[in-house]
Amino acid sequence: MRNVIVIFTKEMKSYFASPIAYLLLTIFAVIFGFFFYSATRFFVLQGMQMQMMGRGMPMDVNEYVIRPLLTNASVIGLFLIPMITMRLYAEEQRSGTIELLMTSPVRDLEIVLGKWLAALVLYAAILGISGINMGLLFAFGRPDWKPILVGYLGLMLQGGCLLAIGIFISTMTRNQIVAGGATFAVCLMLWVLDWVSAYDQSAWAKVISYLSVVTHFEPFAKGVIDSKDVIFYLSMIFFGLFLTSRSVESLRWRS
Amino acid sequence: MIKVEGLTKRYARTLAVDDISFEVEKGQIVGFLGPNGAGKTTTMRVLTCFLPPTAGSAQIAGFDVLEQPLEVKKRIGYLPETPPLYPDMEVGEYLSFVGRLKGLSSADVPKRVNEVCDRCAISDVRMKLIGKLSKGYRQRVGLAQAILHNPDVLVLDEPTSGLDPKQIIETRELIRSLAGDHTIILSTHILSEVEHSCERVIIINQGKLVAQDTVTNLTNRLRGSEQVALEILCVNGALNHAEVRQRLEQVVGVSHVVLKDTKDNRCSFEVESLQGRSIRAELARAVVGAGWDLNELRPVGLSLEDIFLQLTAAEKGEPVEKKEEVKA
Ligand SMILES: Nc1ncnc2c1ncn2[C@@H]1O[C@H](COP(=O)(O)OP(=O)(O)OP(=O)(O)O)[C@@H](O)[C@H]1O
Ligand SMILES: [Mg+2]
Repeated sequence: MRNVIVIFTKEMKSYFASPIAYLLLTIFAVIFGFFFYSATRFFVLQGMQMQMMGRGMPMDVNEYVIRPLLTNASVIGLFLIPMITMRLYAEEQRSGTIELLMTSPVRDLEIVLGKWLAALVLYAAILGISGINMGLLFAFGRPDWKPILVGYLGLMLQGGCLLAIGIFISTMTRNQIVAGGATFAVCLMLWVLDWVSAYDQSAWAKVISYLSVVTHFEPFAKGVIDSKDVIFYLSMIFFGLFLTSRSVESLRWRS
Repeated sequence: MIKVEGLTKRYARTLAVDDISFEVEKGQIVGFLGPNGAGKTTTMRVLTCFLPPTAGSAQIAGFDVLEQPLEVKKRIGYLPETPPLYPDMEVGEYLSFVGRLKGLSSADVPKRVNEVCDRCAISDVRMKLIGKLSKGYRQRVGLAQAILHNPDVLVLDEPTSGLDPKQIIETRELIRSLAGDHTIILSTHILSEVEHSCERVIIINQGKLVAQDTVTNLTNRLRGSEQVALEILCVNGALNHAEVRQRLEQVVGVSHVVLKDTKDNRCSFEVESLQGRSIRAELARAVVGAGWDLNELRPVGLSLEDIFLQLTAAEKGEPVEKKEEVKA
């Protein structure tokens, strides 16, 4: 555990010592800010129209603003995650510092966990920016906070799972750009797998759509925690980290 | 302390290390000598648990590198060929990180970091980013990193590469001062380095062990006879070198004389003795007796350079001879 913290601290510092963390925070703030602006504007316009037409039915902020925003956040995450994970192992291999890590009295799994946790915390910090936007909603309205928390839980689970996959891919190359590109391709694949179910109802399509990370995020966005989805994410995280530590081990045999 | 038996390491196609065995006693400094591509780095990577051996075994302080890698790693300080540095960290920050990674308690870390900064003369760059250091300073930080947790065994891959002459001398002294409580194995292709800082030398070439012995033994074993360089001066009148040569050849114990250089009234020779004879005193007497002045007389030791070339040339020579036999 102590070693995990040592690695975690080092990774955290190096995220914030380089421009990467600030760049990611800015990208997210700008894009999410844009989505937030359009979502709230749309909501306000709709509300006004409804009133003019004489229907006093109040619209649900959770359903019309927060839910699409959470889904948007998960999609933006898809694009940012490769940038968070791509350097984690690729850079250590390129610069030779992997020799330091792998000849220190630390288990491979501890290094993997430390790196994954650092990536997860950076991802949480990035999502934290959207918290400011969400806070504004509370200032002007009375949204239900429980579905929001559930939504963020879902975002973190989805993020944790994609980050684990990203780290795994980063162990397989010494080139950051290759690692980032491949991670992005895989994230995109996992995302669009869901579309198969739109035109195909066969068993195969169900399996494929089950693997899509988006399918499992939708209930969270609605504020529903389904143990099936939690288990899916947790097992993907576990599996990803396990693969990573095996891959790190095999670096010794491959090099 | 270090025990290597039948160590073999094969990369996909190349056989980098081929059946090497050696032992290093506690407190010794051993030089690992070989030309480029000999397999030095590969052997060191196996010793430090970075690479698993293909066959054979390696033990550090009684722990096998395959079976108890964590115990081995606790006892080893390793300076890889390229110092493992993070360019976006400050020197002090980097050393603290390595200290904690190596298992030092947080109370010990600052103390040890101060100590190694003093020893490796990097105190003045502690606040600098590693990425902005010169090559020599990076090498020093790499060395500081290796000795940080005061390990029993130090594995140093070309510790003086990229250093200036003054720093090379200081590093050699540092390494020598570490011997005693540390067992050190260092690789190099600079032979004078081994002569200066090592007690024993292990020579490998193309993955095979060529020789291992103490530096003095190795020199003696290959030398056998004594070689002496002479410079003779004649103050009045020109010197006939043929005459001098004849005179030298008459000295008892001399096997042959080689004229090196002549200039006006001085000439220099290299004289080789017969096996196991000492000829310096006799030579001096002969020269002075003939009325010449002896400007210089010094024994020429066979340098490690020569030994190295002899040994590696012999290795290369063997297969060629065998081929010729087959043809015949
Ligand atoms: N990762 C690798 N993959 C394949 N072959 C390798 C690898 N590393 C080294 N080799 C090969 O193994 C042999 C020994 O290399 P090694 O690096 O151990 O030599 P060295 O003695 O350290 O040389 P130098 O003095 O140049 O540092 C070389 O033929 C080299 O090409
Ligand atoms: Mg080498």
